[in-house]
Amino acid sequence: MSEPARLPAAARAILRGDRRALARAITAVENGDPAADAILGAIYPRTRGVPIVGLAGPLGVGKSSLINALISLLRASGRTVAVVAVDPSSPFSGGSVLGDRIRFEGRATDTGVFFRSMASRGAVGGVAAATLEAARLLDAAGFDIVLVETVGSGQVDVAIREIATTRVVVLVPHLGDEVQTLKAGLFEIADVFCVNKTDLPGADIAQRNLRDLVVQGRKTEEWATRIVGTSTTQPNGIDALWEAIEAHERYLDASGERARNERQRLSTEIVGLVRDRVGRELAHELEHDPELRGLLDQVIARSLDPRAAARRLRLAVRRTE
Amino acid sequence: MPAPRKAAPAHPIRVLIAKPGLDGHDRGAKVVARALRDAGMEVIYAGLRQTPEEIVRAALEEDVDLIGLSILSGAHMALFPRVLALLKQQKAGNVPVFAGGIIPDEDAQRLKKAGVRAIFGPGASLEEIVATAQKLARRRA
Ligand SMILES: Nc1nc2c(ncn2[C@@H]2O[C@H](COP(=O)(O)OP(=O)(O)OP(=O)(O)O)[C@@H](O)[C@H]2O)c(=O)[nH]1
Ligand SMILES: [Mg+2]
Repeated sequence: MSEPARLPAAARAILRGDRRALARAITAVENGDPAADAILGAIYPRTRGVPIVGLAGPLGVGKSSLINALISLLRASGRTVAVVAVDPSSPFSGGSVLGDRIRFEGRATDTGVFFRSMASRGAVGGVAAATLEAARLLDAAGFDIVLVETVGSGQVDVAIREIATTRVVVLVPHLGDEVQTLKAGLFEIADVFCVNKTDLPGADIAQRNLRDLVVQGRKTEEWATRIVGTSTTQPNGIDALWEAIEAHERYLDASGERARNERQRLSTEIVGLVRDRVGRELAHELEHDPELRGLLDQVIARSLDPRAAARRLRLAVRRTE
Repeated sequence: MPAPRKAAPAHPIRVLIAKPGLDGHDRGAKVVARALRDAGMEVIYAGLRQTPEEIVRAALEEDVDLIGLSILSGAHMALFPRVLALLKQQKAGNVPVFAGGIIPDEDAQRLKKAGVRAIFGPGASLEEIVATAQKLARRRA
């Protein structure tokens, strides 16, 4: 491990627990700011690989309320918690309204909690990468658990699919919503199903229907997807929800799946980083390099096909490397 | 291959919208939040009944470029200076704060003197608010 004096000031500040430095580093990650490279590099050896628990589900099922309840439970037992809440960016303006913080209540002074809202900014894969790097910063800053909230829509739930160690899919007692969710592909990724709003009618039936589906769609022999009923208004079942999450985390260790998943994830991450970088450079070259612009013109004129152009582009890149 | 000389992409402005005080409706704040979103900003909407401590905490964690506070009750004379003081205390006094709501002229003058950068009454247009927000955020960056 490198001696602290050689770490960038921002990284040292984060490891010291400076919340402002942490917040700024997350912004640097989101913005693709090259300053993030040195910070991430410096903090990586200090990360412990804390649980990243994802909560995904349709709009308004109570994900943020559940996170608020889980925070209370975890704080009561002395554990620190960081939250990353991801919402989609508007495809039209690029802006967004990030409203998950509304349910984050009464924690003006508790430094054992950190809450960050994040917009997906539309970049495919970008959300997952930024969320993962934010989670690493939070891990290095000393938080014991990272909770990630996303709406279960294609643009953003990839963040949970790709980075969460335990994936909780939240539903409400309403068949229409369930069917939609299954279509959205959330079903296969669930380690834990949470049927929230059990104070409303229909919760029993919803849990029973879910149990039938879970038995059919079982992912592995070792881990049987858990189904937990909760209500954040009563509140009820929050401890059972956390117990199911912890059981899954224990299973990851006992089965060796955590190590396998991590290897796979890191491989995907590294290849993704290269792909992004090379892709950006190539796109730039194709527009600005006089020789390569000609290549594009030929494809437009139908005298070259896109695959042949891609082969030549690759060769051109290799020559100049 | 030379490094791309692409201009750095413009990053969305991040703005915190909150409604301090005890009166319970936030229609105005929501309308402003949507207008800012439509102008390409990332709006962290913290909702109703925020204490100055919660507002400043949110501003720091969310690393916002700008804070907009909506208020209808008469409590603004105590709340705004408290937010500004807490920001300074956290060495974040450079984060601009603007306000919207029903604020009598003489109070508005005093708040501006205290450091609130812009104040919008009920008659202000959304265009005006968006333009000012953009200007305030840009000046900081
Ligand atoms: N009856 C009932 N209502 C609940 C429960 N949990 C949350 N709600 C309500 O459901 C609404 C949405 O709650 P949120 O926690 O914001 O839901 P969410 O899934 O985070 O919403 P989005 O982030 O907008 O997708 C709010 O009005 C909550 O008060 C519950 O257990 N029972
Ligand atoms: Mg939410």
